[in-house]
Amino acid sequence: MKPRTLFEKVWDRHVIEQEEGKPATLYIDLHLVHEVTSPQAFAGLRLHGRSVRRPDLTTATMDHNVPTIHRSQPITDRTSVAQMDALVKNCQEFGIQLYDLDSPEQGIVHVIGPELGLTLPGKTIVCGDSHTSTHGAFGALAFGIGTSEVEHVLATQCLQQQKPKTMEVRIEGMLSPGVTAKDIILAVIAKIGTAGATGTVIEYTGKAIRQLSMEERMTICNMSIEAGARAGMIAPDETTFSYLRGRPKAPSEELFSEAIADWKQLVTDDGAIYDQQVILNASDIAPQVTWGTSPGMGTEVTNQVPFPEHYPTESEQKSVRRALDYMGLTPGTPITDIQVDRVFIGSCTNSRLEDLRAAAQVVKNRQVSPHVKAMVVPGSQQVKRAAEKEGLHHIFLAAGFEWRDSGCSMCLAMNDDSLGDKERCASTSNRNFEGRQGRGGRTHLVSPMMAAAAAIKGHFVDVRQWEPTIEEGLG
Amino acid sequence: MKPIRQHQGIVASLDRANVDTDQIIPKQFLKRIERTGFGQFLFYNWRFDENGKPDPTFELNKPSYDKASILVTGPNFGCGSSREHAPWALLDAGFHVIIAPSYADIFYNNCFKNGILPITLPQSLVSQLHSRIESAHTATLMVDLEKGTLTDHHGFAASFEIEPYRRHCLLNGMDDIAITLQKDESIQHYEQNRPLWYSIPNK
Ligand code: SF4
Repeated sequence: MKPRTLFEKVWDRHVIEQEEGKPATLYIDLHLVHEVTSPQAFAGLRLHGRSVRRPDLTTATMDHNVPTIHRSQPITDRTSVAQMDALVKNCQEFGIQLYDLDSPEQGIVHVIGPELGLTLPGKTIVCGDSHTSTHGAFGALAFGIGTSEVEHVLATQCLQQQKPKTMEVRIEGMLSPGVTAKDIILAVIAKIGTAGATGTVIEYTGKAIRQLSMEERMTICNMSIEAGARAGMIAPDETTFSYLRGRPKAPSEELFSEAIADWKQLVTDDGAIYDQQVILNASDIAPQVTWGTSPGMGTEVTNQVPFPEHYPTESEQKSVRRALDYMGLTPGTPITDIQVDRVFIGSCTNSRLEDLRAAAQVVKNRQVSPHVKAMVVPGSQQVKRAAEKEGLHHIFLAAGFEWRDSGCSMCLAMNDDSLGDKERCASTSNRNFEGRQGRGGRTHLVSPMMAAAAAIKGHFVDVRQWEPTIEEGLG
Repeated sequence: MKPIRQHQGIVASLDRANVDTDQIIPKQFLKRIERTGFGQFLFYNWRFDENGKPDPTFELNKPSYDKASILVTGPNFGCGSSREHAPWALLDAGFHVIIAPSYADIFYNNCFKNGILPITLPQSLVSQLHSRIESAHTATLMVDLEKGTLTDHHGFAASFEIEPYRRHCLLNGMDDIAITLQKDESIQHYEQNRPLWYSIPNK
């Protein structure tokens, strides 16, 4: 048989029908649903008198809109309430499991999927959310869809899909202390651009990737969409299996070894060919900071804000000028001279336990700079409880951080957590678009350690030079 | 979904790269639970200043674009969030055709689901269109999806390609859920053979 890539294997396993010249009919193993992109899909079902084909393969949560503070009090934003109520009603009517606001398992959809063991190697996973790519860290084929497709999956448990192309992103070598998975993916995007992987599914390979924990792998796959990719994948291995074993929705122990035997086949065969390939060396990667309004507009913390005239084409110069104008930055300014007003540690990119541990280590026994307002928003209520068990919340609270309940929060600022006009934020989220964190707000994407260090110093710092010395625990 | 075959309309130019769906429809307007009524919020943060007044410096606020139904824009249009509210807002504001050098995948796909025709042209032709619109050489365009042609009244002519199946669906305004539902037998057969470990335990 022709050697195949990981993506091709998972794809082939799910094609139900493939007529010449038409998209494939692809079976979907897991459909995740949240409050913002689903109401119109359920309305569509009702309009046509259709039902949900596999409520048992569908799981819902509330995350985008939810308050992260004062949960016991009534929510004042009536339109948000209407959206959450609609989800409750839809899940009841169609028999879908919902982790609502009061559930101990509530959290950001891409954090709870893996945490519950719903995300498994070799599954096809979709959600009306572009960061569904996160789940690819387990060797699943996971991608975001629009609301019409949400309706399609609800009704049929299938999708009509054109087969994407493949791209290998190989990260060789080893990361230096203080450099994280977030810096890898930001460096990849800065290199290939925000449309660099359009139409492809990325597979991340190489020694540096194999050494990453599951949570770090999720950070990388999460931002595949920021490189334009449909999905990102990492072949499952022992790290994957031991993460999943015993999770509530993972296969029971009797099935688990059988499943592992199958999942071990989900690797790219020797001699399989990717349509495109990018290679980076982890040891060349430094902590990254974005300076612009697109995730590809980033650089190393040791660099300066770029000069528009150094870009080759007129249209690039124009976008850089526009971005710098919006961000209120002067070309040539050292990145470490940029002062921040706000710090946000959260989002489906960097809100898991290891992220909070890394940030806490930087913060420990220090104080947030007096002119900075900083907050930590755990990715799920489970992450929150686990962090509290380790006492991480004491570290953050003592330093002057706010410690919130879980949700998307200031990643997209649909709830009350948002930046004011011209407020500048060091954020561990994934998008620095104009107005993403609030109208006029200025977002710099960084790793949790870099965000924590910026909170303490009030400006960006190279976290590799953080005291106490690296040997005492960073990295 | 309404079929689209030929379309003639006023064309507007938004010459920016990487226009993301957060700009097309900012998140504060995603809380509606209907599919309609999003047009008034299209490009909201660019169209209006903080006080809700139209910003005269924003390209699409030109009075001559009032009735525009074709949008010519830059590369990687529609990147970012998967929100289908973006094509809903464009359609609701009267845009039926978009012309750009490239699109983000999810947005591109969402257009077809809503009867919007996203045409891909080489950057050089798109740049030419931008300057023709700018100098008022091109005010309207005629789009023929069946022939794959794009023309104006003053000698501009280009051809474009749409992948045949997508084209077929747009031309006929097809409901693809109905098409998949017809495959029920194959779906059932597939479901009977799925590995047991992909059933989700009820605990
Ligand atoms: S945390 Fe941000 S990126 Fe992730 S699902 Fe929520 S809004 Fe989307």
